[in-house]
Amino acid sequence: MPKVKVCVLRTAGTNCDKETAFAFRKAGSEPESVHINSLIRAEKKLEDFQVLALPGGFSYGDDLGAGKILANELRCRLAEDVRRFIKDGKLVIGICNGFQILVKAGILPGTRPYRIGRCVPLHRNSELKQEASLIINDSGKFEDRWVYLKSPQNKCVWTKCLPEVIYLPVAHGEGKFVTGDKKVLARLKRNKQIVFQYCDEKGALSGYPHNPNGSIENIAGICDETGRILGLMPHPERHVYGEQHPRWAGERLRAAGDGLTIIRNGVEYAQKTLL
Amino acid sequence: MLYEIEIKDKPETFDAIAEGIKKDILDLGIKSARDVSFMQVYILEGDLSEAQAERISDELLVDKISQSYSINGGKKGAGKDEFVVEVAYNPGVMDPVEESTLKAIRDLGIEEDLCVKTAKKYIIKGKLSARQLKTICEKLLYNKLIQHVVRHDELSLRAPHLLRYCEPRRGEAIPFFNPDYLFQLITVELLRASDKKLLEISKKGQLFLNLPEMRAIKNYFYGLKRNPTDCELETIAQTWSEHCWHKTFRGKIDYSEKLLKTKIGTVPLGMSPFLTKPGKTRLIDNLLKSTIMRVTKELNKPWCVSVFKDNSGVIRFDHKYNICFKVETHNHPSALEPFGGANTGIGGVIRDSLGTGLGAKPVLNTDVFCFARPDYPFNKLPAGTLHPKRIMKGVVSGVRDYGNKMGIPTLNGAILFHDRFVGNPLVYCGTVGIMPKDKCFKKTNIGDLIVVVGGKTGRDGIHGATFSSGELTQKSEIISSGAVQIGNPIQEKKMLDTILQARDKNLYSAITDCGAGGLSSAVGEMAASLGAEVGLDTVPLKYQGLSYMEIWISESQERMVLSVPKENIDELIKLFNLEDVEAVVIGEFTDTGRLKLFYKDNLVCDLDMRFLHEGLPKLAKKAAYIQPRHQEPKVRHSKDLTKYLLRILSQYDICSKEWVIRQYDHEVQGGSVLKPLVGVMNDGPSDASVCRPILDSKKGIIVSNGINFRYGFIDHYWMAASCIDEALRQIIAVGGSLKEVAILDNFCWGNPDKPDRLGSLVRAAYGCYDTAKAFGVPFISGKDSLYNEYTVKGKSLSIPGTLLISAISVMDDIHKTISMYAKQAGDSLYVVGDSYNELGGSHYYDLFRFTGNRVPKVYPKKAKLIFGALSRASSKGLIKAMHDCSEGGIGVAAAEMAFSGDLGAEIFLSEVPYARNDFTRDDFVLFSESNSRFIVEVENSHRKEFEKALKGLPFGLIGSVKDKKDFKVHGLDGNICIKIKIGALKEAWQKPLRW
Repeated sequence: MPKVKVCVLRTAGTNCDKETAFAFRKAGSEPESVHINSLIRAEKKLEDFQVLALPGGFSYGDDLGAGKILANELRCRLAEDVRRFIKDGKLVIGICNGFQILVKAGILPGTRPYRIGRCVPLHRNSELKQEASLIINDSGKFEDRWVYLKSPQNKCVWTKCLPEVIYLPVAHGEGKFVTGDKKVLARLKRNKQIVFQYCDEKGALSGYPHNPNGSIENIAGICDETGRILGLMPHPERHVYGEQHPRWAGERLRAAGDGLTIIRNGVEYAQKTLL
Repeated sequence: MLYEIEIKDKPETFDAIAEGIKKDILDLGIKSARDVSFMQVYILEGDLSEAQAERISDELLVDKISQSYSINGGKKGAGKDEFVVEVAYNPGVMDPVEESTLKAIRDLGIEEDLCVKTAKKYIIKGKLSARQLKTICEKLLYNKLIQHVVRHDELSLRAPHLLRYCEPRRGEAIPFFNPDYLFQLITVELLRASDKKLLEISKKGQLFLNLPEMRAIKNYFYGLKRNPTDCELETIAQTWSEHCWHKTFRGKIDYSEKLLKTKIGTVPLGMSPFLTKPGKTRLIDNLLKSTIMRVTKELNKPWCVSVFKDNSGVIRFDHKYNICFKVETHNHPSALEPFGGANTGIGGVIRDSLGTGLGAKPVLNTDVFCFARPDYPFNKLPAGTLHPKRIMKGVVSGVRDYGNKMGIPTLNGAILFHDRFVGNPLVYCGTVGIMPKDKCFKKTNIGDLIVVVGGKTGRDGIHGATFSSGELTQKSEIISSGAVQIGNPIQEKKMLDTILQARDKNLYSAITDCGAGGLSSAVGEMAASLGAEVGLDTVPLKYQGLSYMEIWISESQERMVLSVPKENIDELIKLFNLEDVEAVVIGEFTDTGRLKLFYKDNLVCDLDMRFLHEGLPKLAKKAAYIQPRHQEPKVRHSKDLTKYLLRILSQYDICSKEWVIRQYDHEVQGGSVLKPLVGVMNDGPSDASVCRPILDSKKGIIVSNGINFRYGFIDHYWMAASCIDEALRQIIAVGGSLKEVAILDNFCWGNPDKPDRLGSLVRAAYGCYDTAKAFGVPFISGKDSLYNEYTVKGKSLSIPGTLLISAISVMDDIHKTISMYAKQAGDSLYVVGDSYNELGGSHYYDLFRFTGNRVPKVYPKKAKLIFGALSRASSKGLIKAMHDCSEGGIGVAAAEMAFSGDLGAEIFLSEVPYARNDFTRDDFVLFSESNSRFIVEVENSHRKEFEKALKGLPFGLIGSVKDKKDFKVHGLDGNICIKIKIGALKEAWQKPLRW
């Protein structure tokens, strides 16, 4: 059986590409690390992949705001390819910096541009509107900590069969999810696009430090209207093995980490629908 | 046209930056600042239309959801009680944002000639005096070494001012002096110089060379019948600097000592703390070879792959990979510009890993700092120094910025405080790297091309190597400003990504980093046994105007030098090009034994490699150690020790460093197995860290550190021994063994030209030798940073001699990892290892402002047995939790275990194994800092087997873990001497640095 091919996109400052690729390989797919210049120079083609993964890091140093410059580059130089990729029913995941990129490029929540069967050219700026943002944490600083997450009822294909509360690390300075206007938030809720919310160990929504950055409605991750594009601040690729759990040496060694389930969901969905 | 674009948060957005500044202003004692707001400013200059500027602002610079912008709207005057402070970088200071902004503008399709500058604008509201405003600016908002406050009259002049130092095409700043460089060969008159003149030349040129060295240079050129060029003189000064050559450690030392015999007492087996016979001196030829390197040579471990030769020490990891470890210091730059100093410090040590063998991939960072205490009174600060809290915040941010952006987890560290670090903070940065076994050695070949890769060369960092080989003074910040830099981690990250690909394609034969001394030391080192020719005009520059000499010695960051066989050059350059990293051929390695430098066909340097690397005269320095006699402490024995335990937990050295640790990414790369923060709430202090560099392997790396300058107040020999013991017992505490442990030394000392400073350094080095030898643990790499003194008004302030021992060990199976927090109520608690009346230099004595004289010693023979037994017990799964006893002794260790596990504990001091004859007080047993001790939690069903494993060794069943969240200690007479809720202990421990 052919394997799902994953494009792990990287550029200057991407730094979670190796472990992201590792997690995808562990989940049974075939990841390839691809520099954005290879796509721009058409040495590699996005259409050869079924999943696009935007890993964490500090693309271009996060100068001008986290993810901004790579978001701009995607919009300006690869819009056609990305648009077709999404229209073809393929999958996208943006983790941490990748989430920031998807949001700042207007790809998430992205209700307007990507209705199936109705493609709108991405490079037309009027059609690609940034509707939400990830801004500096309320604490004013970068923080690395493990967080509990719960999934409200949602349409995301990446979150099947997850336990009620999962445990993943966050590590960011700009992760506070905000929407410009209340209607966007209402739409996210109505369309079941809120995928992850920060909570306490029992699943109750809770303030700092459980909500590490002050995100509205404790939002940690969202998807697009199709459920195939997922963006989240926590790092699923950092909880693939039981030994990555901060208390495995004290509690018990779990067979696998919660993050692997998320990645595996994406791979299996792609396997079923795209191969 | 010139556009000034201001970006500010919308009113409904929470301005975290401004809130932070508001808090800092309050910390300064200024209460009248009502409100602060912050704006990011971009200045675009070039042939831009208004519509284009609008588009750039709208699509790129502003986050439309949370921010708004205005173009050229900022010239309005300030309101009443409103102060506008705009801070911009000084000309010539690298600002990475400029380059990436320009890249993004090009992505938008705007190709016009353009230059970008950035600035920060603060609006402070409130009734402030001019003096208060000045304080806020100088203490919080800018550092004059790299930034300036833009004056209002300057704003209107901005256009012509900017044009003066903008190069339109690339948009990079050019310093406004010396914009065009016209070649002129400069020679220095040495042949006819008197001794006085020689010293003057050394001093004026910041060469930091002494008279015999200057004479040796004069003699060399006398033989050539010509004067040196400035470039030749600089090359020699760089190569011979303390920083690059380690003259003190490699030179001759005439050592004498005067010990207070009564204080030494019994001498543990295997240790020889008397370095001379009474009244005699000892001549040491090469301290490094006599102590540190001697251990390694005598132990001759087969798993040591490459020691003391390369940029870091290399040991075996598994059948496919080796690992390397190096720790560097960046003290002088961090004293002047904490963010930039620490930033470039971590950047430098990462390049050490990348420059080891044919390049190792960095997998973890460590950092250890020493500062003056953060509440140091402002009015007592020596002139010219920054406040320690600002230094600490800056240093932490610098490490955070570089380490996180490089994607390397910061897994281990320590922070210590003492007011003697007020003029010279210590910043140790370490990196562990991993590389395939066949990539551990390099060899430069004749005919290989010299290729410089990474960042461009600018006027930054000139004289860093020689500058760090002298003492700091009040004026250092002015004369040495060139030594201060800010790093560009993204530049280094892409360089790293590309180098590792080139390595795996075997495209180059040798690599080294451009650190202190720049190209001068990198090329000089690589060509040492060959020869080299370099065309300095081919080196890519940040801006025009650098002289040939500046190009040669500039220490611009993020550069490496490769030796590339000619047939690979095209492929190599293509690869670097794809990743947007510059790679340029600047010369060739030759077989001439000469270092020849050209600038546009003019020969500007022609030196014999042999003279350069062997011509340094070996000098004998005097070292005299006189052991101080401290007052014997008189501490009243209290029945209730609760308040002392609370106070010790709140000592800055001991309290939680969570505020710092959380700012470092310790999860990136996915390899962290035992994290720096552990426990039920993930906030307890881990003894060491365990990392798994290959994600699908069971093998791990343990990293730990030992440092305690306080014991040096009594005797540096035992201080060194204790540091080694601490680093090793932390490895044991997390489930490791002594089987394959390697250590690194980093000596930070005062001026070694002063006999007392050098005397204590010698004692520490011999302490290292004896202890490491007895434990069977080799040194694989090290570094010294001397001259950590600060002179103000003729008075010299030295740091306490401080040794950092970093340990690294390979763990066969990470599943044997043990964490330090209490796991289960009912489990038994043991103390393993003997306690002695050794409170000299302890935190308990420090509470009463005493130092004492009974410094903790190391009994390596017994310690080795204890370490071995505990390793076996942990590999058998008999141990549930283990914590090493260090600062604060049993009291602190037991308290930390309890509150990190969110459980209570009850312990009985009468069961602690201790030397009963001189040791009959609860407080001494509880707070003594004797070495080689652990607290171990054992499940009751394993007690028998555990005790069997420790047969014949000192251990005591001191109590148990409790469900009820009380921490109870029974004194030697059985009465309760401590009773308190664990919540209160934790609060005392967390509060001091919860910023």
